[in-house]
Amino acid sequence: MTEDKIEKIINMYQNKQGILIQLLLDIQRELNWVPYKAIKNISEKLKIPISQIYRIASFYTGISLNPRGRHLVRVCAGTACYVRGGTRILDSMENKLKIKSGETTNDKAFSLETVNCLGCCALGPVIEIDGQYFGKLNTEKIEKLLKNYN
Amino acid sequence: MEKLNSPSDLEKLREDIILRKDPKRLAVAVCVSTGCEALGVQKVLETFNEEIKKQGLEGKVDIKETGCLGFCEKGPRIVIYPEEIYYFQVKAKDVPEIVSKTLINNEIIERLLYLDPNTGKKSRFLSEVPFYKNQNRLLLESNSKLDPKKIEDYLAIGGYGALEKTLFSMTPEKILEEIKVSKLRGRGGGGFPTYIKWKSSRDAIGDPKYVIVNCDEGDPGAFMNRAVMEGNPHSILEGLMIGAYAIGSNEGFIYVRQEYPLAVENMENAIHQAEELGLLGENILRSGFNFKVTIHRGAGAFISGESSALMTALEGKVGEPKPKYVHTSEKGVWDKPSTLNNVETWANIPLIIGKGAKWFASIGTEGSKGTKIFALAGKVNNTGLVEVPFGISLRDIIYKIGGGILDGKKFKGVQTGGPSGGVIPEQHIDSPVDFDELKKLGSMMGSGGLIVMDEDTCMVELARYFVNFLSDESCGKCTPCREGLKQALIILKGITSGKGKGEDITQLNKIAEVTSVASLCALGLTSANPLLTTLRYFKNEYEAHINEKRCPALFCKALISYYIDPKKCQACTICYRNCPVEAINGEPMKIHVINQSKCIKCGNCFDMCPSRFKAVKKISGDPVPPQISEDKRLIKRVRKENRQ
Repeated sequence: MTEDKIEKIINMYQNKQGILIQLLLDIQRELNWVPYKAIKNISEKLKIPISQIYRIASFYTGISLNPRGRHLVRVCAGTACYVRGGTRILDSMENKLKIKSGETTNDKAFSLETVNCLGCCALGPVIEIDGQYFGKLNTEKIEKLLKNYN
Repeated sequence: MEKLNSPSDLEKLREDIILRKDPKRLAVAVCVSTGCEALGVQKVLETFNEEIKKQGLEGKVDIKETGCLGFCEKGPRIVIYPEEIYYFQVKAKDVPEIVSKTLINNEIIERLLYLDPNTGKKSRFLSEVPFYKNQNRLLLESNSKLDPKKIEDYLAIGGYGALEKTLFSMTPEKILEEIKVSKLRGRGGGGFPTYIKWKSSRDAIGDPKYVIVNCDEGDPGAFMNRAVMEGNPHSILEGLMIGAYAIGSNEGFIYVRQEYPLAVENMENAIHQAEELGLLGENILRSGFNFKVTIHRGAGAFISGESSALMTALEGKVGEPKPKYVHTSEKGVWDKPSTLNNVETWANIPLIIGKGAKWFASIGTEGSKGTKIFALAGKVNNTGLVEVPFGISLRDIIYKIGGGILDGKKFKGVQTGGPSGGVIPEQHIDSPVDFDELKKLGSMMGSGGLIVMDEDTCMVELARYFVNFLSDESCGKCTPCREGLKQALIILKGITSGKGKGEDITQLNKIAEVTSVASLCALGLTSANPLLTTLRYFKNEYEAHINEKRCPALFCKALISYYIDPKKCQACTICYRNCPVEAINGEPMKIHVINQSKCIKCGNCFDMCPSRFKAVKKISGDPVPPQISEDKRLIKRVRKENRQ
């Protein structure tokens, strides 16, 4: 099933120039991460060396080479959030989920990441869970928020 | 919709759209930008749809989903037409009342109007709200008038009129002349004159030529590009096409960071609609001009916002910058002449062509023309997007528009220009804001982030934050930036964790000097700004950290302790229950104490101690007072009934 999806995405980019980043992002959108077999498949189909694909995938923070949990929690680390206590939000997320930023919980329920800026600076501190944004947070609200996910 | 084949087709369609609009029709415009989404606007929207049905208004009211309206702090904001009633901080539970009172009976709900905290007055009109009153919203105003997913709305406010004008009555030379007279400067950071960029691409030899929209907006603390792309994508497309026609290009790219999914979605939709109408594609309006455009999603790298790095990323490679002696306007994407401008720059083009360069040049200061959108955030009351003419003072932005500092605290500084900018202290707060003035103060315009800081922000820690950010985002291609930032970070981490040494300040100055002359690209060259401005304006804070091991802002964890004042503690157990590491000892009727060796300084107790007690204190520089003896910890409370 996964292989079919990857195959389909790669086929969309056949014979096109400068597509590697877009292709990796599309695979990630589908699978939530970019597995090795996808990279191998791209390399064979599009005749691009594996090393080159890895170089791109590891350079951009938006592309994950590790499997992520069912829910992706992204804490904004932008300046406006930082000034309004964003680091405290990250600390408390780390405490609640018992993982560090960049890690996934053992039950694969949550992955925690930081992001440079979510662009909701007026409402800091902000976090994003599975693409949904939550603003004007504090440690109390986080506790309630996490209860909605499992 | 049918393809438009001539300027008169376009005008005919525009007339039709305007005629079809009933100016008396009820409509509710709801801001659905990412910011308001974070405040739960989706629920508001759903409730509107339900209530309109329930209360029998189906088919009689339009719900317009608009882009960012600027005043995020007081969002979600809605506007009710035709009366133009503005409601702020609307929640789903307010909606039934809005429908029954305002929509059906034309009655105003006082509680939802804007309340000016200084005068205590409610504002019936937007022109009375201080946040809006002191702005000049040339670009952002359109956001409230249109649904970004509908090209008809953009056409109704004169959209694509400037493109039509350039294609049929202006030569490329004439357009360049207009841009020159307008004195437009790039809004992305550097403030480079747009005319010179365009002219050198036009004159460069090479085919094809490319035009590029930079919506990488990697500066943390800036979101004006997102708001324009989400709220008015056609204005960017129109500007891009005018630029393409002027420099002789038929192909463009729109680079958007993937953290902005709604901006990508609205832009994709805008491109699709413009193509359907023949406003994009082959032989536009039968003028002979062809143009195609592709969206490229950025994959999360700050450096990709740098023009040469962005172009390498467009080629599908690692987005690293190229040396500056190669001009991208002559050798850019695939070594072809490429003109790259920021979202805001492109969005200004239709205005300049439509209203004339002289009109544009009449706004602003001698060296900086027009308006600039700033993202006002941090410790200020009215946060949001602010559009003001160049030349306005920082004080006016922060106090007149921003409504002053949050919680009545003391202003300390304002950070402009993102990680490449610097902090401007109180003594310079009356400086006019333009490209050149900010540079003189050691900061820069950047993309327009304005982050206000109060007495609780530690300037050394702030410098550490920015240097950490830049060091993370440094691509590593050149040594001064890669190694210099790393060393500066080690020193700053030392200072904020109480291990600062006497020679640290001299060392930091030395590193800053090297990175600011020897780095390859703007990231490295400007990376010293946060360091240098904090060293220049807040040296006393560095010295307190280093010499006294004290953090004056009471922020640096390693230098502060939390302490419960036994005279104030009422043994309510709130802090005791919320301590994540069980470092607080306490029970009802027994004064709580913090076990300093267990405390991780998370600050939960400080935040949660009820404001009527304020028993938890932060201490820095002084030792924590010794714990009181056990027998003194018991509180004897007199019961109310016994008191009489």
